[in-house]
Amino acid sequence: MLLRIREPAEMVTFSFDGRHVTAARGDTLAAALLAAGVDTFRESVVGGEPRAPYCLMGVCFECLVTIDGIQNRQSCLIEVREGMVVNSQLGARLVTGCADR
Amino acid sequence: MPLLDKSDIAVVGGGLVGAALAWGLARAGLKTMVLDGADLDPRASRANFALVWVQGKGLHAPHYALWSKASAERWAAFAAALAEDTGIDVALSQRGAFSFALSLGELDGLAAELEQIAIETGGAAAPYEILTAQETRRHLPLVGPDVVGAAYSPADGHVNSLRLFRALHAAMRHRGVDYRSGHAVERIEPQGNGFRLVGAYGAIAARRILLAAGTDNQRLAAMVGLHAPLKRSKGQILVTEKCRPFFEYTSATIRQTDEGGVMIGDSEETHTSAIATKQEISAVLANRAMRVFPCLAELNVVRSWAGFRVKTQDGLPIYEQSASHPGAFIVVCHSGVTLAANHALVVAPQIAAGTLSTDLAPFHSRRFHASENS
Amino acid sequence: MSMRRITDAGTLAPHYDLVVVGAGPAGLSAATEAAAAGACVLVADENLEPGGQIYRAVTRNTQGRQDFLGKDYWKGRIITEAFCASSLDYAAAATVWSLDAAAAGEDHATLGLTLGGAARMISARAVILATGAMERPMPAIGWTLPGVMSAGAAQIALKSASGIPGGRIVLAGCGPLLYLLADQLLRAGANISALLDTADKNQRMAALRHLPNFLLSPYVAKGLSLLFSVRRQVRVIPGVTELAITGARRAEGVRFRSGKRQETIAADCVLLHQGIIPGINLASASGCIIEWNDTQRAFQPYTDSHGRTSLAGILSAGDGADIGGAEHAAVSGRIAALAALADIGLLPPSQIATRLEELEKQRQLYRRGRAFLDTLYRPARQFLAPPEPDTMVCRCEEVSAGTLRQVIALGVPGPNQLKTFLRCGMGPCQGRMCASTITEIMANERGVSPAEIGTYRLRAPVKPLRLAELGALPQTPAAVVAVTGRPPEHRSIEEEGKKQ
Repeated sequence: MLLRIREPAEMVTFSFDGRHVTAARGDTLAAALLAAGVDTFRESVVGGEPRAPYCLMGVCFECLVTIDGIQNRQSCLIEVREGMVVNSQLGARLVTGCADR
Repeated sequence: MPLLDKSDIAVVGGGLVGAALAWGLARAGLKTMVLDGADLDPRASRANFALVWVQGKGLHAPHYALWSKASAERWAAFAAALAEDTGIDVALSQRGAFSFALSLGELDGLAAELEQIAIETGGAAAPYEILTAQETRRHLPLVGPDVVGAAYSPADGHVNSLRLFRALHAAMRHRGVDYRSGHAVERIEPQGNGFRLVGAYGAIAARRILLAAGTDNQRLAAMVGLHAPLKRSKGQILVTEKCRPFFEYTSATIRQTDEGGVMIGDSEETHTSAIATKQEISAVLANRAMRVFPCLAELNVVRSWAGFRVKTQDGLPIYEQSASHPGAFIVVCHSGVTLAANHALVVAPQIAAGTLSTDLAPFHSRRFHASENS
Repeated sequence: MSMRRITDAGTLAPHYDLVVVGAGPAGLSAATEAAAAGACVLVADENLEPGGQIYRAVTRNTQGRQDFLGKDYWKGRIITEAFCASSLDYAAAATVWSLDAAAAGEDHATLGLTLGGAARMISARAVILATGAMERPMPAIGWTLPGVMSAGAAQIALKSASGIPGGRIVLAGCGPLLYLLADQLLRAGANISALLDTADKNQRMAALRHLPNFLLSPYVAKGLSLLFSVRRQVRVIPGVTELAITGARRAEGVRFRSGKRQETIAADCVLLHQGIIPGINLASASGCIIEWNDTQRAFQPYTDSHGRTSLAGILSAGDGADIGGAEHAAVSGRIAALAALADIGLLPPSQIATRLEELEKQRQLYRRGRAFLDTLYRPARQFLAPPEPDTMVCRCEEVSAGTLRQVIALGVPGPNQLKTFLRCGMGPCQGRMCASTITEIMANERGVSPAEIGTYRLRAPVKPLRLAELGALPQTPAAVVAVTGRPPEHRSIEEEGKKQ
């Protein structure tokens, strides 16, 4: 979890797992989520363990989330945008058109 | 030089073929040694598509069609024996498989081949059906509109071939096989009562030898009066991130592993010796996979890889004991996964007993002499 | 004239004189130098803004508002400003996922790149890889728990979002960056409970012979003042071993040994760091020869003194080639740019000789003292090759140190076979988070140097890309034949009709 020590100049609003979250314009989505107090981003694919960003620079792939319906996206490399719909990435991705079995 | 590690047999090559045979030899009671190469040597065992596949195999070679079919039928017993030795489940699944056609030309080609094989084997080949687009979609609602039909055979399946590879190595350890990596064999010297295998590691003596060194067999065979003419064949594969199950069957070009990743294959290039993957081939593989299963479009591709197939001039295996140097055996084959069951359960016991069965005579390399002379 | 921002793949030129991969100090400097010489240049970078990790968000931050970042950070302004004033193409948020050196008889390399959701293949007469460094993974029990991040991640949060970890922070590991981060966090008002220094005391003797050189280096004054400043304000515990992060669903504390004492400290955030290593994935996948640097204890692409790799037309500069810090990286970027332009005939060698000589001198200055730091802060063996069997080594495929050791004992020839046996390195991070540990564990088990063990062989795509992007790329007839066994077909109307 991150505390902001400078007030953001400009805010944007998005949703994470159904709840409204505000962020600073220019944040990466990963930073925005951490600053919003999100501590678990996903469940791991093999063991279902809770995971969260480790490197924040595109290396570790621990910050994967679903953004606007597209799964397994690296939130640390994507700029947060107004109205984004973000969800936790729970385990392996689903294939489009295929029911979760 | 270190001398005479007294092995009954030294297997040259620790890939799927060498390991399956070595395990089989050890099960048959032979004191077995495996001499394997380095980490980055060409290894088809690490670049295969993991199919236990019969469909379409053995065109104009009915003995090969039936040999493949027999191995597929033997696979469950093989997997069970491996599990017993190692506790490793190699995820064998034999629910049948599709060959997808993206044009009527492709579908006609598939149908003609399968029919020909059925005729040549007198109906003993694996059963199959040719499905229309509609019938294909009835089985597999997720296939795309570009699929004009498919061939289906219930005899085909797949395994987790990487786990199979590990299981074979664990099973070799379990049976006391002396496995040595970093032992590239440079030279084979026939001796009075056996062979000396010489390399940078020194020299190792064995009463008998079995060449299972993949593409390197061509070079080694000549040293003991054997003949293994290979042709170049490079294959390339894509693999995606893991996803939830979407395809419970398998196919020759798209399969979902038990772990969730989707493998997309494959290509064949005959004029390159470079092992690197090519982006233009990846593009065609990706495009065709999406046309077969449009639902895969959003999946992330995480890797591509390429490997050299161990392909003889006619694509069929060679099983042979040297006439000039008895005790020197060779196994050359492309389908190291499919044929692993035969290798461990049929071929290895024959080699252990000292003679290959006459059933394997059609796989003798004399067939190449005939065609080379004609 | 100024930099042109490109946001979609279609706007990229099909061909450039020079493509620079990475927009940190090395990449920005290389591009600026090349553009000044009149070359047609593209800079492709994964991040949203120029600056790399070291100067992250430097174009947005201000010295007034982000005073806690320290004066070295603002040097990045000079570099980014020069870059933004250069005449070149700049693609931010771009992923370069493949690089193929020029084929025989051709004079251009080919890059696969994704930008704005679409992939594109472009060509370049020369490519400079300025892919930077990553932190050396520091596997320990519990390091996969939420609440555990790398120290670099905390620094990125500080630079890019003015964010500090909330609650009680414990820093653990070794190396200058750990102390620099502690200092920055303290200035920013963070609550640091302890700094657990895992530096290996045995390295002090080994480092001594490099001390005279270090004392002449620009790092001395800064380093010492950092050490003193942090020690004044934070409990620093030296000689830490047996580090484990405790907690069920997230980090709750850190357990460790210091001398004879075992202790657990409560923590809401644990920041790990044990130095940085070159990010070699793209270089490696393109086929550049990768070599072991024993001083830095890492693999890096082979480069000559001007940054040329083993492949014609591909150069490497900055920390991705050889760890040397930001200022060293900037100079090495300029050197590589001059070498690249000379190689492709855009600059006569005679014209650049003097400038190269001057830059080389600067580079030597920035290199000074590195050997001392590298040796002094070489991580202890137990942090390179974690002894606890339950320590997760491959985070993606969830392969533990114990499982790895069991399979290594089967006699596997090397890391690539180990990868196929256990899937370590096969997940989405493509081995970035486990490669160094795999090599170290194997070297340790076999009692040989990591140089003998080697590392993963990598293949494109070095970053995941969607199947749809790959499938939309142009198809060559030869590739179609290779896949289908038949020449490309144009579907007839008759077939289209039958499909319905």
